[in-house]
Amino acid sequence: MPRRRRDAVVRRGIRHVGRAIALQPKIFSAALLGSSLFAVMTVASAYVIGEITDRVVLPSFDQGSASTAALALAVAAIIGVALLRIVGIIGRRLLSGIMQYRLQAQMRREVTGQYLRLPLSWHQQHPTGQLLSNANSDVEAAWFFVAPLAFGLGAVVIILITGGAMVVTDPLLALIGLVVFPLVFVINALYSQVMSPRQQRAQQLRAEVSEIAHESFDAALVVKTLGREESETERFNARAGELRDGLIAVGRVRGLFDPLIESLPNLGTLAVLLLGAHRVADGAIDVGELVSIAYLFTLLALPIRAIGWVLAELPRALAGYDRITPVLEATGETPYGPEDAATTAGGAALGLQGIGYTFAGVERPAVRDVTFDVPAGGTVAVVGPTGSGKSTLAGLLVRLVDPVDGTVLLDGLDIRRLREGQVSDHAAFVAQQAFLFDDTVRGNITLGGPYTDEDVWAALRVAAADDFVTALPDGLDTHVGERGASLSGGQRQRLALARAIVRRPRLLVLDDATSAVDPSVEARILDALRASDAPATVVVVAYRQATIALADEVVWFEHGRAVARGSHAYLLGEVPGYADLVRAYSQADGVPA
Amino acid sequence: MTVTLPDEDRHEGGIRTLRRGLRMMPEFRRGLPLTVLLAVLATAGRVVVPIAVQQVLDRGIGAEGGPDLDFVTWVVLGCAVIVVLTAVAVYGMNLRLFRTTETALAGLRVRAFRHVHDLSAVHQQGDKRGALVSRVTSDVDQLSQFMQWGGVLGLISFGQLLVATVVMFVYSWQLTLVVLVCFVPLGIAVRWFAAKLAVVYGVVRERIGDLLAAVSESVVGASTVRAYGVRERTAERIDAAIDRHYRAAVDAQRVAVGVFVSGEFAAALANAALVVAGVYLGLAGDISAGTLVAFLFLVTLFVAPVQTASEVINEAQNALAGFRRVLDILDTEPDVRDPATAAPESTVHLPEGVLGVRFDHVTFRYSPGARAALDDIDLVIEPRRRVAIVGETGSGKTTFAKLVTRLMDPVEGRVLLGSDAAGWVPLSDVSFASLRSRVVMVPQDGFLFDATVADNVRYGRPGISDADVATAFDDLGLTDWVTGLPHGVASPVGQRGESLSAGERQLVAVARAYVADPDLLVLDEATSAVDPATEQRLTRALDTLTAGRTTLTIAHRLSTAERADEILVVDAGHVVQRGSHAELVGTDGTYARLHASWRRSSAGEPEPVA
Ligand SMILES: Nc1ncnc2c1ncn2[C@@H]1O[C@H](COP(=O)(O)OP(=O)(O)OP(=O)(O)O)[C@@H](O)[C@H]1O
Ligand SMILES: Nc1ncnc2c1ncn2[C@@H]1O[C@H](COP(=O)(O)OP(=O)(O)OP(=O)(O)O)[C@@H](O)[C@H]1O
Ligand SMILES: [Mg+2]
Ligand SMILES: [Mg+2]
Repeated sequence: MPRRRRDAVVRRGIRHVGRAIALQPKIFSAALLGSSLFAVMTVASAYVIGEITDRVVLPSFDQGSASTAALALAVAAIIGVALLRIVGIIGRRLLSGIMQYRLQAQMRREVTGQYLRLPLSWHQQHPTGQLLSNANSDVEAAWFFVAPLAFGLGAVVIILITGGAMVVTDPLLALIGLVVFPLVFVINALYSQVMSPRQQRAQQLRAEVSEIAHESFDAALVVKTLGREESETERFNARAGELRDGLIAVGRVRGLFDPLIESLPNLGTLAVLLLGAHRVADGAIDVGELVSIAYLFTLLALPIRAIGWVLAELPRALAGYDRITPVLEATGETPYGPEDAATTAGGAALGLQGIGYTFAGVERPAVRDVTFDVPAGGTVAVVGPTGSGKSTLAGLLVRLVDPVDGTVLLDGLDIRRLREGQVSDHAAFVAQQAFLFDDTVRGNITLGGPYTDEDVWAALRVAAADDFVTALPDGLDTHVGERGASLSGGQRQRLALARAIVRRPRLLVLDDATSAVDPSVEARILDALRASDAPATVVVVAYRQATIALADEVVWFEHGRAVARGSHAYLLGEVPGYADLVRAYSQADGVPA
Repeated sequence: MTVTLPDEDRHEGGIRTLRRGLRMMPEFRRGLPLTVLLAVLATAGRVVVPIAVQQVLDRGIGAEGGPDLDFVTWVVLGCAVIVVLTAVAVYGMNLRLFRTTETALAGLRVRAFRHVHDLSAVHQQGDKRGALVSRVTSDVDQLSQFMQWGGVLGLISFGQLLVATVVMFVYSWQLTLVVLVCFVPLGIAVRWFAAKLAVVYGVVRERIGDLLAAVSESVVGASTVRAYGVRERTAERIDAAIDRHYRAAVDAQRVAVGVFVSGEFAAALANAALVVAGVYLGLAGDISAGTLVAFLFLVTLFVAPVQTASEVINEAQNALAGFRRVLDILDTEPDVRDPATAAPESTVHLPEGVLGVRFDHVTFRYSPGARAALDDIDLVIEPRRRVAIVGETGSGKTTFAKLVTRLMDPVEGRVLLGSDAAGWVPLSDVSFASLRSRVVMVPQDGFLFDATVADNVRYGRPGISDADVATAFDDLGLTDWVTGLPHGVASPVGQRGESLSAGERQLVAVARAYVADPDLLVLDEATSAVDPATEQRLTRALDTLTAGRTTLTIAHRLSTAERADEILVVDAGHVVQRGSHAELVGTDGTYARLHASWRRSSAGEPEPVA
C-alpha cells in the first residue's frame, strides 16, 4: 500500500505538470525554447572558455606576446555566448512568469466564476475565509512549480549533452552518472510521499487561519463592544500556531531534501575523480578526457537542482489543486430555461403552487405547502412571527433558491423555465438587510444598468434618499465604503430601496425592508409603484398596520405555512395570533387599534 | 482612512524594513548566531568540490611521475566527508531556520491580527475586510515562503562569495581586483533594481488585497448579486481585479528579469576582462599561465553565488513587500487607545454603582472637514434612567451610541461616565477591561459567529453553561423560541448567523448582551427585525431585568420611547428636544411629528401621501 500511494503521488504530480503544459502550450514551448537555448549556451560557455585557454591564453604565454586580434575574438566569443544566454534567460524567466501568472489568473477566474454560479445553499456551507483561501493561496500553490518548470525541463538538454559527451569520452565513468539520476528520482519519490500529507495539512490550516481572520474582522464591532479582543486573538493564535507547526513539519522534510539533492552531484563528481584517476593510471583514458568529464559532471549540478526545485513543489501544487477541484466540480448551478417572460406593461401575475422549502441539514421545512395567487397589480402583505419563514418565501419568489416542492409562476410561467436574467429583469427584491457594494452611490443603484442620472435621482426621491445624497461630499459619485460603511443604517436601507425602484419592476418583493424608513416614505414608494395605470405587483413582508392596510390581501404565516388569508379586518377578527402581532403596540398601553 | 502609508514611505529601503521587522519579531533573533555558524559551515560544501577537482587534476593526476593515486584517494575521501558533513550542517541549519522563522512569523501574524482589533471602529471600516485578511494570511505566507528557500540560499551565497573572494586573492590579487571592478556596476544596478522591485512587488501585494476584497464582497453579497442578476457585472469586477494582479505580477517579473540579466552580463564582462588582463599581466610576468587557467575556473565560484544572490534579492523584495504591509498595520497608531496599555499611570476604573453619561461639548465628525455628525452635544444622563434616543435616519443616533461606548473618540469635548454621587471619569481614561465589562452595546447589525446559539450567547460572558444560556432566554421570555429550534441552544447558527432568520439573530444578540450583565446597556435598533409581539414581550422582560441600570435605546419603533423615562430627540447632529413622552408628545416639535407618524402607521391608518 505505501508503494502504491507513492506511485500515485508521483503519477498525479506528473499529470499535473502535463495539465499546466496543456493549458498554456504556446507560452510553455517558447519558455522551453528559451530554457534550452540557455542550457546549450551554458555548455557552450564552458566550451568557449576551454577553447580560449587552449588557443589564446596558453599560446600567448608560450610565445610571450599576445595577438590583439585573437584577444578581441576571445572577448567577442565570451560576450556573444553571454548575450545568447541572456536571450535564453529572458525567454525562460519572463515566459515562465507569464505562464505561471496566466494559469493563476485563469484558475482564479474559474474559481470565482464558480462562486458566482453556485447556489446560496452551497455558500452557506463554505465559510468566506475558506473561499478566499481557495482563490488565493490554493491557486498560488497549484501553479507555483511552473516558475522553475521550463528551467528544469530545459536542463534535461544539459543532461543529454553532457551525458552524451561523457559516454563518448568514457562509458565506464558515464555509468556513475547513470547511478546519480535514478537516485535523484528515488529520493524525490520518497520525498513526495512524506511531503504530500504535510502540504495538504498546511494548505488546510492556511484556509482555516484565513477563515478565522475573515470572521473575526467581520465581527470587529461585536468583538470590540464586548471587549473580546483577547479571546479572539487566542482563537487566532491557536490556529496560527497549528499552521506554524504544520509549516515547520513541511520545512523539516524540505530541509532534508534540499541538501540531499544538492550533495548528490557533488558526490558523483568526487566518484568520477577517484575512478577517473585509476582509469588514467591504467591508461584507459588520458588526463584531458578526465578533465572534461569532471568538468561535465560539475555542470550537471545545475540541472539536477533545477529539476529538484520542480519536484519539490509538486506535493504542494497537488495539495492546492486538490482543494480547488471540489469547488470547480461542485454542481447545483441554477438551471435556466429558454423562455422569456411576458413583455406586457404593468404588474406580473404571481402564482404559488404548493411551495415547500427545506434548508440543507435541517429536518423541518422552513416553508411548506404554500399556495396563493397575486393578480397582476395586486398587493399582498405577508405577516408572521419571527422565524416563520417569510424571508425564505420572499427568496423563493425571485428565485434566490428553487423550491424543493411546488412551483412559482410568473405570468403563468414556471420561473425555472425562464432564461437567465429574466427574473431579475422583471422582479426586484429588497432584502431584509441592505447590502451595498464598495462602489459609488450611483453604482449601487444602477448596478451597471442603463439608467440616467435623472432616473437615479427620481428613484432616490421616491426612497426619500435625495436629501442625504445631495449632502454627501461627491453626491452620486460618493463612495459608500465596503458594505456601505460610511452611511447610517437607514441610509443604507434607502439606497437599497432606490436600487429596486429605479428598475420599475413588474414585481416588487420587499422583505421587511423599511424597518428604518419612515412610514410616510414607505407609503410613497408603494404609491409610486401602484399609481400608474398598470401598477406593479407587490409582495411586502411587514408588521406595520399602515403597510398592511395598503395590501389587497394579507397572508398570515406561521411555522412555514400560510395559515390564513384574507383582508386585514378579516384576519383581525378570525386569527388571534395575527391580532396579537399587529396590535402589539396598541395593546401595550390600551390604545385600541 | 486606510492603513497604507504615504507613497514616499512605501519606498523605504529593505534594510529599514528589516530593522523595523526585527523589532516586531523578537523570536527571530533567538539562536541566530548558531544558525549563521551552520550557514558558514554549509558554505564549505559549495567550494570544496571545485577545489578538489582543481587539486586532483593539478597535483594528483598531473603530478610529476604519473598519477599519484594515494593523494587522489585521500583528497576524494576527505572531500566526500566534507560534503556529507556539509549536508548535515545544511540540514541542521534548515531545521533551525524554519523553526525560528515560522515561530517568528506566527508571532507576527498574531500581533498583526490583534492590532487590527485594536484599531478603532472607524479605522476598521475604512479598510476592506478581504484586504485585511490578506495582511495576516498571504502577506505573511509570502515571507514564510521566502524564508523556507531564499533565506538559506542568501546566507550560503554570501558565505560562498566571501570564500571565493579569499581564494581568488590567494591566487592573484590583481586578477581579483579585475573581477571585483567588473561587478561594481552590478552592485549599483542591483541597488536601483532593488528599489524598483520594492515598488512593483508592493503593487502586487496590494492587488492581492484588492482581489480578496472583491471576492469577499461577491461572496458575502451573494444573494444581492443573484436577486439583481448582476452576476456578469460582478464577475467582470472580480476579473478586472484578477487582471490587475496579473499585470502587476508580470510587470514585477519584467524587472526581476532585468536583475538576472545584469548579473549575467557582469559575469561575462568579468570573464572577458580576465582573459585580456590575465594575458597582459602574464606577459608582464606578474602571473603564471597556471594561475590564469586556475583563475578562469575559480571565477565561476564567484559568479554562481552572485547569480543566486540576484534571485534571492528578487524574492526578498517580494517578501519585503508583504512584510511592509504587515508592518504598516502594526505601525498604525490606534486612534482609540486603551489607556491601560497607553498610559497605565493615569488609567482609572469606573466608579462602583450604576453609571450615568455626560457629554461635555462633544463634537464628532467622521473625517476632517466633513459635516459634524454630532455637533456640540452637552448633556447629562442620570444613572438608572431608561433613555430612548429617537430621530430621523442619519441624524446621529448610532454616532452617539458609539461615543458612549468609546468605539470612537470625540473630535472635540469629552464623554464622561459616572454619577454626581460617585464622581465622573473621562471615558478616555477608563481601561478597556473595566469599560467593556460594564458598558455593553448591541450594534445595529449584530454579528453572530459560526457556532451554536449557546456559544454566541456565551460570547457575552465566557464560561457560562448551556443551562445558564437557556435560563437567560427564559428570563427574556424567549423559551418558546429556543425550544423550537432543532437542537435548542445547541443549534448551529451558520456563517454570520445566516441559518437563523434576521429576527432570530437579533434575539441571540440581545441575549448575548444581557448575559454580559452591564451597568450601562446601549441598544441600537437591537430588535428592529423582531416581530412586534415578540419585541414587546422581550422589551418588557428586559425592562424588568435591567431595572436599576441605565439603558440607552435607539429605535424607530416608538413604543420604546413611550415607555422611556426620558427621550432624547436627535436631529442633524443636535439634540433638539428632551423630556418624557408625556411632555414631548403634546409639544409641537420633531418628536410629536415622529410619534404621530409612527402611531398612525402602527395603528393601521394609511399614511397620507406627501
Ligand atoms: N440557511 C438556513 N439554514 C437552516 N435554517 C434556516 C436557514 N435560514 C433560515 N432558517 C430557518 O428557517 C426558518 C425561517 O427563516 P426565515 O428567515 O424565512 O424567517 P422570517 O420569517 O423571515 O423571520 P424574521 O421575521 O426574523 O425575518 C427559521 O426558523 C430559521 O431558523
Ligand atoms: N463611517 C462613517 N463615515 C462617514 N460618515 C458616516 C459614517 N458613519 C455614519 N456617517 C454619517 O454620519 C451621519 C450620522 O450617522 P448615524 O449612523 O449616527 O445615523 P443614525 O441616526 O444612527 O441613523 P439610522 O437611524 O439610519 O441608523 C450620517 O449622515 C452618516 O451618513
Ligand atoms: Mg426574515
Ligand atoms: Mg443608526
